[in-house]
Amino acid sequence: MKKILTIPMQKEVLSGLRAGDALLLSGDLYTARDAAHKRLFDLLRKGRKIPIDLRSVILYYTGPTPTPPGRPIGSAGPTTAGRMDSYTPFLLERGLRAMIGKGPRSNEVKDAIKKYGAVYMAAIGGLGAYLGRCVTSCKVVAFRELGPEAIYRLGVKDFPVVVINDGTGGDFYEATLKRWSRAGRIRR
Amino acid sequence: MRKIHATTIRNAVRELCIRANAELPRATTAALREAFSKERSRLGKETLSLLLENAREGAHERVPLCQDTGYAVFFVELGQEVRITGGSLKAALTSGVRQGYRQGFLRASIVGDPLLRKNTRTNTPCMIHYDIVRGDKLKILFLPKGGGGENASALKMLRPADGIAGAKQFVIETVRRAAAGACPPIVVGVGIGGTFDSCPLIAKKALLRPLGRRSKHALYARLERELLKEINNTGIGPSGFGGSVTALAVHVEYQACHIASLPVAVNIQCNAHRFRSITL
Repeated sequence: MKKILTIPMQKEVLSGLRAGDALLLSGDLYTARDAAHKRLFDLLRKGRKIPIDLRSVILYYTGPTPTPPGRPIGSAGPTTAGRMDSYTPFLLERGLRAMIGKGPRSNEVKDAIKKYGAVYMAAIGGLGAYLGRCVTSCKVVAFRELGPEAIYRLGVKDFPVVVINDGTGGDFYEATLKRWSRAGRIRR
Repeated sequence: MRKIHATTIRNAVRELCIRANAELPRATTAALREAFSKERSRLGKETLSLLLENAREGAHERVPLCQDTGYAVFFVELGQEVRITGGSLKAALTSGVRQGYRQGFLRASIVGDPLLRKNTRTNTPCMIHYDIVRGDKLKILFLPKGGGGENASALKMLRPADGIAGAKQFVIETVRRAAAGACPPIVVGVGIGGTFDSCPLIAKKALLRPLGRRSKHALYARLERELLKEINNTGIGPSGFGGSVTALAVHVEYQACHIASLPVAVNIQCNAHRFRSITL
């Protein structure tokens, strides 16, 4: 059964999320992928202000296609989260609490997620056209010159995600491998 | 000599880019449907049914199936009795990509320099593999190749003593490492043999074989069956949410190789396994 959640989430709601929960999210997501992460990281390291409030946003790792006429956005599925791993513990330390991407995180990131009581969720990779349809509005917030890698605020409705890593150390990818793998022996 | 004008090629390529990115080939849709019927995990089944809905959305709305509209990879078969007029073949393909990606609202995903990383904004240059063949036709196959699958791909120069078992182990390790990042259920293209440069290329070409058709060589057909079973036994499942279908197909291509070498390459393709060709 899918839980229906609105963003911004209450702190208790976020900390109550558990690995394996299937959610439908409605509210605002903020996009950021490789280049935007580097910008945020560099600004924060220099002690400068950044254009988003890390404590209240859900970062969504995506670089959408250009918006065609008659739609709020083109295709907008998740990109591989592992590429943001080198920046993520630093952003969590600065207040970030929720991220959406796809694929497993590094041990450093998982530890930081647990330490700060954050949550990492996965959207389905290859689902860009469908997820684009869940987007009701799209506005550039910062770094417009980065094109698809800019930070956009996406209004979303019933956006499907699954919780992968939760604040208690739960790891859905690892749990599923344990449950579903059948140790096939490689024939010599 | 049969003449083909560069403009004809450019226009054809423009259409190829737009359609290939929005329309999932029938074979891939059929494979996803079959995966849906086989999948035993509930979340895996839900994922597959969403992916099928995604395919419908792409085709109806002409929206790219995935936001990663890929590196524009071409496999060109140029008949030796064809003469291209009005410009070079490479320029025609490149301008077709430039126009197709702009007019089709496809994402520009190419940086001109791998270290400086500035987006070229046109999704060019493209990657072109040429084959000169008999006849007076020009066949252009367009494969938009996303970063997720490419990043999960690998090449290893094994020792001949590693043999079939070593090759299998490397393929399985690569798939395990790719896991959810490569957007399963994946298609796995494997190249065995050849040289350091040709091995990954035959792995990529293996992806283009009609989905699920077995190698004509009995040894390699068996290898494909065994690899598919092993990969599905990993339990990674659709989108990495766990389940019994991790790969839609495994295709293995082989080539003659040096007495000292056993190169093995694994090219991973995501669930949005799309490509399209045209013959002029």
